[in-house]
Amino acid sequence: MTLNGWLQILLFFALVLAVTKPLGVFMARVFNRERTFLDPLLRPIERLIYRLTGVDETREMRWTEYGAAMLSFSAVSMVALYLLQRLQAWLPFNPQNLANIEPSSAFNTAASFTTNTNWQSYLPETTMSYLTQMAGLTVQNFVSAAGGIALAIAFIRGIAQRKKDTLGNFWVDMTRATLWVLLPFCLVGALALVSQGVVQNLKPYDAVTLLDPQGEVKTQTIAQGPVASQEAIKMWGTNGGGFFNANSAHPFENPTPLSNLLEMFAIFAISAGLTYTLGQMTGSPKHGWAVFGAMALLFFVGVSVAYWAEARGNPMLAGTDQAASALQSGGNMEGKEVRFGIANSALFATATTDASCGAVNSMHDSFTPLGGLVPLANIMLGEVVFGGVGAGMYGVLIYVVLAVFIAGLMVGRTPEYLGKKIEAYDVKMAMLTVLIFPMTILIFTAISSVSPAFGTSQLNNSGPHGLSEMLYAFTSGTGNNGSAFAGISANTNWYNSAIGAAMLLGRFFMIIPMLALAGNLGSKKAVPPSLGTFPVTTPLFATLLVSVIVIVGALTFFPVLSLGPIVEHLLMQAGQTF
Amino acid sequence: MVKNLITAVLMTIVTTLILGLVYPLVVTGLAQIMFKDKANGQLIERNGQIIGSRLIGQPFSSPGYFRSRPSAAGAIGYDAGASSGSNLGPTSQKLIDRVRADAEKLQAENPGKPVPIDLVTTSASGLDPHISPAGAEFQVPRVARERGMNENQMRRIVAEFTEGREFGLLGEPRVNVLLLNLKLDEIKPLRK
Repeated sequence: MTLNGWLQILLFFALVLAVTKPLGVFMARVFNRERTFLDPLLRPIERLIYRLTGVDETREMRWTEYGAAMLSFSAVSMVALYLLQRLQAWLPFNPQNLANIEPSSAFNTAASFTTNTNWQSYLPETTMSYLTQMAGLTVQNFVSAAGGIALAIAFIRGIAQRKKDTLGNFWVDMTRATLWVLLPFCLVGALALVSQGVVQNLKPYDAVTLLDPQGEVKTQTIAQGPVASQEAIKMWGTNGGGFFNANSAHPFENPTPLSNLLEMFAIFAISAGLTYTLGQMTGSPKHGWAVFGAMALLFFVGVSVAYWAEARGNPMLAGTDQAASALQSGGNMEGKEVRFGIANSALFATATTDASCGAVNSMHDSFTPLGGLVPLANIMLGEVVFGGVGAGMYGVLIYVVLAVFIAGLMVGRTPEYLGKKIEAYDVKMAMLTVLIFPMTILIFTAISSVSPAFGTSQLNNSGPHGLSEMLYAFTSGTGNNGSAFAGISANTNWYNSAIGAAMLLGRFFMIIPMLALAGNLGSKKAVPPSLGTFPVTTPLFATLLVSVIVIVGALTFFPVLSLGPIVEHLLMQAGQTF
Repeated sequence: MVKNLITAVLMTIVTTLILGLVYPLVVTGLAQIMFKDKANGQLIERNGQIIGSRLIGQPFSSPGYFRSRPSAAGAIGYDAGASSGSNLGPTSQKLIDRVRADAEKLQAENPGKPVPIDLVTTSASGLDPHISPAGAEFQVPRVARERGMNENQMRRIVAEFTEGREFGLLGEPRVNVLLLNLKLDEIKPLRK
């Protein structure tokens, strides 16, 4: 580890911290439908959209209708994306004449992008036409993220309001999240990325004459495309699906250290802002900061472990120089880019899995066992460290409800959360989301690991690392992350179907109980705080929240982690290979 | 429910038009006007032929060229139509064997010196245009010998093509292998 590495990590965090309040205030205004400086430009577009789609923007929805609107939109989106992939060969913007996508892969990708997962079992540059990338994938990048933000706002309203049984209007929240929040950042962000060298064109792939021909191979094909427009929303919407197979490691997606910083910043910015929005809308800014503090603590623990582990390198690579110096970053450079080195690779891997982003600028599969444990564990904790846009917020609020409940049990009082009594129904709904998540991951991983024919046959690594590949795949799918231990060849019927199902379960079985909880909280009356009320604005609360997150995660996943990365670490120290 | 479904269909159409066509095409238009070279991949032309991109690495095996890192993209590496890492885990026998073989080969040209790690590890994209300054320094004696140049002269050229951290802070120092090799060809072409 170097001083420069830590300075880069601290700079990144300082940027996120600096925008948390302004962004949070802005988003609170947007969703409270107060005036913002963008209104003169965006209100006409917004009204046009409502007129075209028949949305009554004054209509309020109960949680059931809010959920139904979200589900029907996801369902229609998924069908549209499936069809687009199945028909792309006959549609325009396909200069490479790429064929139609086969059904299981098209299903997987449709599920993946509508659930904000962006798991990619396909190789983009050899399969997806420019039209599919733009009108299919880019669109889902936007609307799945906007849907997530809408749901988080609905949840916050549920906490904030008194004796009211509606949560807002899904169509309005989604449209405003797209127009006011995502689109402006992406327009500016995309151009900023192009200024760094991210490509943005519609031309066919280029053929290059190699300077030093390699035997028969005398040319190099260079894939092109409308990359920057997708790259921007991929990061701002915590989607993470790369335009190219190598994702943010590809020089055309992430060419410079500055573009790398911009991309990492985009992963956290909105989610960090939402913590302030939470404080603002519930009238308790300190509560927002307490949640932020808990997240920041978990972030620093993660990035420290990952950076330390990767900087130590791989003890089995004899004859190499892995020491950091002025001339090299050293460490475990397998699957990492020279321009990013160790610090930025470890930081990116931590941030992308703290949030449900899943973009990668280094290959997690080639991380050291403990370095790779960090992204895996981050997803297992529910991606609540800032988290996916929206998804991180409602994810952490579930844990807040549990933390408050447990604190109430400890002191023997009825638990309250910002004036709302937390009762049996609320805890049941919270527990439902907490249980469905590990069940999906562990059951699918277990099936795969005992099935040589379709499960373990697809692995790139054997031994404990092979188990980690499968475990990571289902964790990433269920957690709607989308990053991978990418050695696994997941473009098969089993993995496409199983991971597709895991992504749908992980998104919608999280959302439905969450909305039910929000609806129930919203219709409760407020009780004035008393001496027995556990304050949710203190460092003590933040500590308790971190403990609940870690304990729930550790209890469910420690056994399987000990068979994967932990035992692999011990074996690596002992010089065992596979 | 039916009403929601109709809205969902209409909303899908409208968002596809705005976000799937207008937005990317507007960005394409602006990018092509404001940053034409960058938006098209910073291609390098020579005698009307495209001979590379400043951002995309190329494979080099002739001893008179600085070598790029090993690559797992495509059959022989550096296929920018099929970017990929090796995805080999830290305890993979394949990884250990590959690194050992590469390290032995490189050490033959520079006996006794440990090989900078980036020269024997594959990058994440398989297209990494850079090597570390340590990786360049390691190759200086060989390339200088092959080109009939003296080592210090070679070091000066390498230094010229070494990029520091952005703003003195961001990223890592690095050397663009293709640009460096192009420069060498310009100064002192290889006898073929």
